[in-house]
Amino acid sequence: MEPLSNRSKKVQKREMTFAEKAYLPAIAQGLGITLKHFFKKKATVQYPEQTRERSEIWRGLHVLKRDENGAERCTACGLCAVACPAEAITMTAGERKAGEENLYREEKYAVTYEVNMLRCIFCGLCEEACPKAAIFLQDDKVAPARFERDEFIYGKDRLVEPLKTTETK
Amino acid sequence: MESVDLLYKAIYIIAIFGITLLIATYSTYFERKIAAFIQDRVGPNRAGPLGLLQPLADAGKLFFKEDFIPSKSSKALFILGPGIAMLVATMSSAVVPFGDNLIIGGHEINLIAIDVNIGVLYVFGVVSLGVYGLMVGGWASNNKFSLLGAIRAASQNISYELAMGLSLIAILMLSGTLSLREIAEQQQGFNWNIWYQPLGFLIFLVCAFAETNRTPFDLPESEAELIGGYHTEYGSMKLGMYLFAEYINIFVASAVMATLYFGAYNFPFMLELEAWLVNATEDAVTANNIVTLIGVAVMFAKIFLFIFFFMWVRWTLPRFRYDQLMKLGWQILIPLAILNILLTGGGILLKDYLF
Repeated sequence: MEPLSNRSKKVQKREMTFAEKAYLPAIAQGLGITLKHFFKKKATVQYPEQTRERSEIWRGLHVLKRDENGAERCTACGLCAVACPAEAITMTAGERKAGEENLYREEKYAVTYEVNMLRCIFCGLCEEACPKAAIFLQDDKVAPARFERDEFIYGKDRLVEPLKTTETK
Repeated sequence: MESVDLLYKAIYIIAIFGITLLIATYSTYFERKIAAFIQDRVGPNRAGPLGLLQPLADAGKLFFKEDFIPSKSSKALFILGPGIAMLVATMSSAVVPFGDNLIIGGHEINLIAIDVNIGVLYVFGVVSLGVYGLMVGGWASNNKFSLLGAIRAASQNISYELAMGLSLIAILMLSGTLSLREIAEQQQGFNWNIWYQPLGFLIFLVCAFAETNRTPFDLPESEAELIGGYHTEYGSMKLGMYLFAEYINIFVASAVMATLYFGAYNFPFMLELEAWLVNATEDAVTANNIVTLIGVAVMFAKIFLFIFFFMWVRWTLPRFRYDQLMKLGWQILIPLAILNILLTGGGILLKDYLF
């Protein structure tokens, strides 16, 4: 058969030299390699104190934004849920009542809005689908580890951006 | 012996005992640190500054675990096993000279716990008793893996003790004494035995690895084949005792190697330094004490280097196969040791003939 490339080497079993049989030069070589690693810079990131640097466009935990007056932008149109390839988003829509204009920007709003963080693949398609610029994936937060599965279903209490009070402005 | 001398001796023995245990404790910490550094990790760093309290946390954990005794085991022997291992390990540092003489208030204190004239034999006898700890523990567990580990430990230790003893005979031929103290004194300054016995040292080093059951000779506890070897059934502080005894054995093996081959507490230009100090301070006692204390520091530096070497090798070499281990012991190391004896004898005769 014709060789596919001329790079293949013919393997031959040869007698080991005395230095190879004695095993000691090989041990010394190995010790040298481990000693080199001993003084190498460590790759560890001391996690709770330090965090690995993230890209500007890194997609982390979701946030439901408010507008400049502090009203929720989400109108529960459901486009994010449709766009979601992992089917992680569910919501129920409701009608805004009189006197709630400062809470919700438009007449329709999300009564509940849940993202299942175990299903979510953090692709960011919900962010792209949203016509109201209401949902974003933050670049500085992740969904932390929990003990129970239902704790990973994030409701509005954990998703909506906190109201900016006068002190924290 | 006067009562003051006895008191000093007692203080010294307690100090050495404490230092042995302390070094063994922190060997566990440095083992993990060195392992981590060699593998490009950081190692324990959460318990206390730099993780220095980690050994205490480990010991605390072991103490609070369930002290389990298998129902079909020989209970007395099961408890005796780790006891023997620990006792024997702590006994053997008694004859190692950690330093020369200290002179305090006119009393001369030898920095050696018991100065017997058969020190080398004592170390060998006590170290070979150590295999009983593993043997008894492994047998009493009533577990096939434990028994296999114990048998491996016994046959390995016996095989390598032969080569170790033979490699030592060359040293004894040179020094003409069995006392570790006299062997140390003969290596004054930089006149260390390693310059005369490189081959003997190599054989002794390999055998020391096998005797302390360290990688590449840790077949008694090879976890891949035997679960845990002789300590499979052990838990809680009994397991801790076995592991601890291993680290004490490493310390003792390092101390013996430093004494026999690397001049113990001797360091280059120590006589010149002492003469200069006598001139400078015009006080022979202070000069002697300063040189002795430096010697103790040098001795411990050598021991620490050896302990580091033990750990360094552990994280470099893979484990031998059992037939390779036996072949190395019986077919290579013992003939080499005999050859070394012949070479040494020839060298001594040649020296007498020429000079």
